[in-house]
Amino acid sequence: MKFVDEFRDPGVIHKAADEIRRLADPGRQYRFMEVCGGHTHAIYRFGLKDILPPNIDLVHGPGCPVCVLPMGRIDDGLSIAKDPNVIFTAFGDMMRVPGLDGSPLEHKARGMDVRIVYSPSDALKMAQKNPDKHVLFFAIGFETTAPSTALTLMRAKALGVTNFSVFCNHVTIIPGIRAILDSPDMRIDAFIGPGHVSTVIGCRPYEWVARNEGKPIVVSGFEPVDVLQAVVMLLRQLRAGEAKVENQYKRVVPWEGNRAALKAMAEVFELRSYFEWRGMGFISQSALRIRDTYRDWDAERRFSVPGVRVTDPKAAQCGEVLKGVLKPVQCKLFGKECTPERPVGALMVSSEGSCAAYYNYEHGKHETLARTGATV
Amino acid sequence: MCLAIPAKIVELSSGEESRALCEVAGLRRHIDTGLLQDEMLQLGDWVLVHVGFAMSKISEEQALDQLQTLAMLGESEAVMQEVKGYGLSDGSWKGS
Amino acid sequence: MNVAPKIRFRDPQIEMAHGAGGKASRRLVEGLFAPLLFGDRVEPLGDAAHVSINGTRIAITTDSFVVKPLRFPGGSIGELAVNGTVNDLAVSGARVEAMVVTYVLEAGLPTEILEAEVRAMSKAATSAGIAIAGGDTKVVEHGKADGMYISTTGIGRLIPRISISAASVRSGDKVLISGPVGDHGITVLIARGELDLEGEVCSDTRSVLPLIEAMARVAGPGIRWMRDPTRGGAATSLNELARDCGLGVLLFEDAVPLRDTVRGACELLGLDPLHIANEGQFLAVLAPEYADRALDALRHTPGGHDAAFIGEIREQPPGTVLVATSYGGTRVIDMLVGDPLPRIC
Repeated sequence: MKFVDEFRDPGVIHKAADEIRRLADPGRQYRFMEVCGGHTHAIYRFGLKDILPPNIDLVHGPGCPVCVLPMGRIDDGLSIAKDPNVIFTAFGDMMRVPGLDGSPLEHKARGMDVRIVYSPSDALKMAQKNPDKHVLFFAIGFETTAPSTALTLMRAKALGVTNFSVFCNHVTIIPGIRAILDSPDMRIDAFIGPGHVSTVIGCRPYEWVARNEGKPIVVSGFEPVDVLQAVVMLLRQLRAGEAKVENQYKRVVPWEGNRAALKAMAEVFELRSYFEWRGMGFISQSALRIRDTYRDWDAERRFSVPGVRVTDPKAAQCGEVLKGVLKPVQCKLFGKECTPERPVGALMVSSEGSCAAYYNYEHGKHETLARTGATV
Repeated sequence: MCLAIPAKIVELSSGEESRALCEVAGLRRHIDTGLLQDEMLQLGDWVLVHVGFAMSKISEEQALDQLQTLAMLGESEAVMQEVKGYGLSDGSWKGS
Repeated sequence: MNVAPKIRFRDPQIEMAHGAGGKASRRLVEGLFAPLLFGDRVEPLGDAAHVSINGTRIAITTDSFVVKPLRFPGGSIGELAVNGTVNDLAVSGARVEAMVVTYVLEAGLPTEILEAEVRAMSKAATSAGIAIAGGDTKVVEHGKADGMYISTTGIGRLIPRISISAASVRSGDKVLISGPVGDHGITVLIARGELDLEGEVCSDTRSVLPLIEAMARVAGPGIRWMRDPTRGGAATSLNELARDCGLGVLLFEDAVPLRDTVRGACELLGLDPLHIANEGQFLAVLAPEYADRALDALRHTPGGHDAAFIGEIREQPPGTVLVATSYGGTRVIDMLVGDPLPRIC
C-alpha cells in the first residue's frame, strides 16, 4: 500500500531505532506523552515499546474522544432513539460503550434501531432513503472528525433533509493538552503531537506548549517510522536544550492547517463555555455545539434530552492515568472490576484508551514474562 | 479520530457535489472532497481519507524527502567515525 | 496439561456477541451448555465429537448457518452449510460420510431463492463427496430468520494416521495455515452494502478435506491439532489452542498470507485480519520433523499453493498468542469479544 508500506519498512525502522539509542542519554528517564488515541493504538499495534530503549517512557494522553465522553451523554443520545421512528447511528467505536442502561449494541439487542456508519455522510444518505424515519447521528471526535460532521450538516441544510439530526460531542484538543500541563503532578518532558487533528488545525496552535511551557512538541504521523522519527526529533531538541514545534508529518500536515475545514467548522459550530471530560472534570471552551443557524439539525434542541450526569466510582483512577501519574496497572480496579468487557472508567471503554490498549496488547505478555523472567 | 488512510483518486465528479471515487489496495469508495475544494484535485492524486472525507492532499515530494532523510540517519555518525580514524577530529589536519 | 477453568455464565440476556465466536461465545458454551450437557467432561471442546459405537469410532458435528446477505461473491449460505460441515469434521480428523439438513424458512421467502440455495448445496455436496441423506423444514413468521437459517449434522469416519488433541502440542511445533485470511468476513461485510465499498474480494468457502487428506498422507503422525478459523478468525482459534494446551503461540505477522484487497479493507475500517472469519481455511500445528513435508504436500495440492508457516508454539507466555512484526515489535492478540466493528479512531 502506497504511503503506508514505505513507512513500515523494517530497515528504516531499525535505523530510526539505532538513532534513538544513540541520542538518548542513558542516565536520563524520558517521559513523552502521545496526545492522540490513534497514536496509542499505533504504538501497541506495531509493538513500538519493544523497539524503544527502556529509559523512554510513552505516556498516553487524553486524545481519545470515546474515552473522554461522559457516560451520561450516551444515555442522552440513546434516550432520543427510544422512539421507534428514530434510527441511532454512530461509528463502530461507540457501539460497545456502556451507558447506565447498556451500550448501543445492547440496546439494539433489545429492539432499538441502532446502525453502524463509517461516515456521517452515510447517516445523511440513510435519512434520505428512509423519509418516514428520523436518523440521529451521534457525533464524536476531535478536530479531525468535526469538519466532516460540519460539511454533512451543511449538505443536509442545502438539500433540505429535515429527518436528520446530529447529537454533537465534538471536543477540541488544545484544552485537553492544557489541562495536562496545568496539572501539578504532571511530569511530561515532551509531546508527540496528533497528526490527523493537525491536518485541520495546523501546527500553530501548539506554539504555546513550546514557548510558554518549554516543552518540545513534534506533530507526528501514525506509521512506525513516523512515530520513531518523531521521537528522534524530540530527543534532538532535548539534547540541544530547545523547545519548539516541529512537523514530522509533512507529507500530510500543512503548517497552516486546512482553511476550508476550519471554515466549515466555524460555519456550523461554536464553542461551548464548558464541557465535561470523563476522568478530567469540566474544561472550559473545550467542546463544540451546533449554531443557531443549524438548530433544526441539532438533536439537543429538536428533542428533549434528560441531561443525565453519571460520575465514575471514586476508586477509578482514570484522571491520574490520563495525566501520566499512574500506569494503568497501578489503578486498583485494573484487570479486576474494570476490564475491556466490563469497563468501569473512561480508559477501558475504547480499545485505544490507555488501560484497554495495555490490557489487550500487553497485559498477558508482561505479566507472565515478568513473573517467569523469560524473554520473547 | 485518527484512523485515516492514503487513497488514490480514480474518478472525479464535476459540479457541486464534491464527490470522488478513491481506491486503496483495489478497494473503492466514494468520498467527499468538500474539505479540499481549494486544492484543485486531479485524477491520480493521493489524499488522506478519514470517515469518507478527503482531509489532505498527500505530497509525494515530502514523502520522498522524509524517506531520504531517514535513509541518511546514522550516516553522519559513520562519517564521524571515519574522520576520527584519520585523526582529523579536532578540526586540524595532522599531516605526515 | 492445563485445563481451561470453568466459567459460570452470568450475563442476564443473550447478545449478538454470544454468537460471534469469541470470548462471549466461549463463556456461553463453557459456562452454560457444557456444565449442563456434558457433565464432568474434562477434555477441551473441539469442532466435532468422537463417539464410539460398538467399538467403531465415528465423528459427529452439528452447525448452523446464519448469514446476511444470503448470497455474496464466491458463495451463499447453502455452500457455507455444506463446506462448513465437511470442514468441521475434517479438522477433527474425520472424513465426512453423510449429513442431514434442517431449513428454517421465513414466510415470504421467494421460492426461487430457496431453490437456488438447495441447488448450491447439492452441487457443493457432490464436490465434497458427501451425501445429503435427509432433512427437516420449518417455516417461521415473516420477520424472523433473515430469509433462511440452515442447520446441519454431519457424521464421518476417522482418517487413518491422524490423532489430534491440544494435549499433544509441544513447544517448538510449527503453526501453518492453508491460505489467505479474512476473505470471507470482508466479502460479507462489503456485500451487506452498508459501507459503500466495492472491491474484488470473494468468500473462500470450500471443502478443505482434500488438503487435509493430502497432508495426512505424508505427515499424519505429525499433525498435533487442527481447527477451521471461522467466526472470530485465526486469532480466536489460536487463543483457544493456547488456553487448551497451556503453551504460547508466537505468530509472525509478515508470514500470514493476506490478499491486498482484504488488507486494504482492514486498514480502511480499522480491523485486524486475524479476527476476520474464514470459511475455506484451516490451521494446523505440526511436529517439527513433519512440518516441511506437510507444507510441501499442501503447496502441491490444488487450492493449497498459498499455504504457509505462520508461527510456532513456545513455552512462554503460556495461554497467550503473541504477534511479532519483522522489526522486532510484539503485541498480544486476544480472542474477539463480539463481532469485529469498524472504527474511526
